[in-house]
This record gives sequence, C-alpha cells and structure tokens, in this order.
Amino acid sequence: MSIEVDRVSFQYGRRPVLREVSFDLTPSAFHAMLGPNGAGKSTLFGLITRLLALQSGDIKLRGRSLRKQPAAAMQEIGVVFQQNALDMDLTVRQNLMYHAALHGLSRKAARQRCDEELARFELTERGNDAVRQLNGGHRRRVEIARALLHRPGLLLLDEPTVGLDVPSRQGLNAHVRRLCAEDGLTVLWATHLIEEVERQDRVLILHQGQLLADGHGDSICEAQGQPTLADTFQALTGAASQTESN
Amino acid sequence: MRLAQYWHCFIGIQIREWLRFWQQRTRFASALVRPLLWLAVFAAGFRAVLGVSIIPPYATYITYETYIAPGLCGMIILFNSMQGALSMVYDRELGSMRVLLMSPLPRPFLLVTKLLAMGVVSIGQVYVFLFIAFFFDVEPPALGYLAVFPALLLTALMLGALGLIIATWVKQLENFAGVMNFVIFPMFFLSSALYPLWKMQDASPVLYWICQINPFTHAVEAIRFALYLQWNSVAFGVLVGVTVVLALIATAGFRPQRTRIVGARAA
Repeated sequence: MSIEVDRVSFQYGRRPVLREVSFDLTPSAFHAMLGPNGAGKSTLFGLITRLLALQSGDIKLRGRSLRKQPAAAMQEIGVVFQQNALDMDLTVRQNLMYHAALHGLSRKAARQRCDEELARFELTERGNDAVRQLNGGHRRRVEIARALLHRPGLLLLDEPTVGLDVPSRQGLNAHVRRLCAEDGLTVLWATHLIEEVERQDRVLILHQGQLLADGHGDSICEAQGQPTLADTFQALTGAASQTESN
Repeated sequence: MRLAQYWHCFIGIQIREWLRFWQQRTRFASALVRPLLWLAVFAAGFRAVLGVSIIPPYATYITYETYIAPGLCGMIILFNSMQGALSMVYDRELGSMRVLLMSPLPRPFLLVTKLLAMGVVSIGQVYVFLFIAFFFDVEPPALGYLAVFPALLLTALMLGALGLIIATWVKQLENFAGVMNFVIFPMFFLSSALYPLWKMQDASPVLYWICQINPFTHAVEAIRFALYLQWNSVAFGVLVGVTVVLALIATAGFRPQRTRIVGARAA
C-alpha cells in the first residue's frame, strides 16, 4: 500500500520537532526508520495515526489525504505503539475482540479473525490467558496480531522491541519481515537500534526532526563512503549535530 | 461507515468497560464505602441538627437519610466520572485510549460512547447503594428505581464530559487531589445534595445563587424527583441542556496532544 508524507513539519509550542519531512513508502516492503531518541519518530507516528493534528504538509494513504478522509485512512493503518497498549487484566482474546469492535466488526466476524490471527501468531493456546501472564515477547506479538485484525495495508511499529531481551527482539523482527514478505504488508519499523536494520532494507534516517537519508542501506553506505550502516549513521547524525551547534 | 459498524463499536466499548469492572470489582466495592459512611454516620449525626420540612417531591416528613440519598447517588457518579476522565488522559486508561482513538469511527462518537460506558458502570454502583440504602429506611416507590435511570445516565454523561474538559484543558488539575479540592468538593457542597436550598438562602443569598447555577444541583434534583416519580422541568431542562453543551465542548475540543495519550505532553 502506498503512503506519501509530503513536507510535514510539526512543533510543540515553539520547539520544532519535525522539519519539512517528505518521503514515500514502497508498497509491500519493509522500511526501517532509524533515529536516536528524540529524533521525532514518535511525533511522525502520532501524525500518521492522527493522535496529533497535522500543522503543515499532508500525509496520503493510497492517495487519500489524512486531512480530508481520515476515516478511510485509519482503516488502512495498523499500529504497535512504543508503550504497551494492552489491557493487562483482560485476556488476549478480550483485547483482540475490543479492537475488532472498535473497527466495526461484528462479534461473529471478530471471533473468526481472532482465531485466524491467534493461530498465525502461534498464540491459540494463550488466547484465554490474561495478558499479565504473558512474557514481553508474547505481549508484543499480541499487539501485532491486534494491529492486523482489521487487515490494514500499512503496519506501523514504534520501537516495538523496547524492553525485550535479544532473542525476543530478533524473533519479533524476523516475524514482521515474514509478514511483510508473505502478506504484502507495507511496514514502517521505527528504531534506534541499528542491529534491527539490514543492509538491503529501505532505510530512512531521522535526526533532530530532519530526514537525513532515504534509500537502501547499501546505497546510503556507499554514498557516505562508510563500510557499515552503523558508521553511516554515526557520520550522518554526527555531522548534522555539528552543523546544528555551529 | 455503516450503522451496524457503529453498533458493534458501541457494544464493544460497553463490554470492555464491564469486563474491567469485573476485574476490579473489589476497587468498585470499596468506592461504595464513601457514600455509605455519609448515609450511615453523617446522616445519623446530623439528623437532629437539620430538620427537613415537607418539600417536593416528598409528600410527608422524611428522615435526613431519605433527603441525602439522591445527593449521595450524585456523589458516586461525581467521583467516578472525575476519576474516570482523569484516568482516560493521564494514567490507567492511556493504552486503551490509544487503541480507542485508532478506530476509524468519528472521535466524538467514540468519546461519548466511552463516557456512557463508564457512566453505566457508575450507575450499577448507584443501584447497589440504593439497595443498601433501603435498609436505612430510604424507600422510594418501586417504579422510581426505573424512572431514575435516565437522570442518572444524563448526570454521568454531564460529569464525564466535564471531567474530560478539565483533564484536557486545565493543566494544573492533572491529579485527583487537585480535582477533588477544586471541582468535586465545591460542586458537591454548593448543591442541594446535603441540604435543601431554602436553608442555604437563609444563611447566605450569594451562596444560594451559586448553588442555583451549579449544574450538579439540578442533577441531584432531577435524580430526587425521578426517584419519587415526579417531574421537575427546570432540573431536567438544565441537566439536558448542560449535558449537551458539555458533551459538545468535550468531544469537539478533545486534543490528544494536550494529554499523555501521545506520550510526552506538549509544552
């Protein structure tokens, strides 16, 4: 599914958080948005999900403006927030059913989708467990399953591996990549951890509210004359900070 | 969006609220202690001090317990609504609010449905309170329990909307202690919940008029009259009017970036 971010700027009070950010995402591909804490990733996600109101610029999903057709756009988006957004005291299934209802699915249709998603995420046996009883990795999987219940074309994940151990992080990353390849889902994965990004990924580097690079990992490294993504990231963000302080 | 989708969403939000209620039933039970203390202890102590003459909707002399029961029903809703609205934008409910706001259905619909769902759970508590109050000789007519429902629902929506407005726009009141001191107590004490307003008029005409313009007074009177199967057009008129206005302001003026729903609160 196509998404187009067009000259989006945003400021909290007088403090600019995003400055003229523009990019578009390739349908059915995995995109990594790389940026240190405070780069503006969560603000950008807030704008795409309409938690924040657009101040300038526009965001289009399948050519439909978020400003003009918000309902149609929201049907296309599945989100996994940085902070846990599950009801810890309710069961996995109750959490999923709530989300399905919010998207207007009937109880019958919702039950069917829940069964499908739980099976796909190998969580069928945990369906009636309270979320509190699950470990961090499983909770994240439940959140992804929930985000996909209404069959969106775009999956946004804002630092989804925060608080997870290394094996869980790797497992989750591989899982989302599989979904992307198998279901043709467009994925935007925001992170500050370079090890979650592969060189062949489309990479967007966000730093201090500006998009410093947009392209495949390999080509960004080549353009910067750096051997690894980590070096490239360091070079770009270091140079930008230097310019900013001058 | 089709009508059926609105319906499924409405029901889904109600179910979730009841599931949470069931998970936290001990907390809800303990919330009943406050009004029951007022009924069993405060009312007993003040019974001798405050003589209540025959005033509508009562046909005869009543005990002080009978007089304050409708006000205590309002108090249950007042506390719950304020606490609920604060938790929607500051703490326990943040995650569920993020999920709620991801729905493609219009935000005013989602927020009003959420306030109604919280209100219905409060009303469940009110009915438990009225059941216990029956044993303290608060005995409204049987049909009164049914007739009072719309008044309770409107009160819950009005106070929930007020709570949401305060929680979204008044930065200084983002904790429950602040809301208790500056909203709940003034609203409760400057109303007809604990004393008939003619007594207030004797004491201070200024306070009397403040009580008169306090919408909580009219909510309590609407509950009182409905519970005794009588119609009070002023109380109901004010209650409906204020509820509509506050619900419009709360939903149209709702800005997630002014809350903790987005993450860090905007400067």
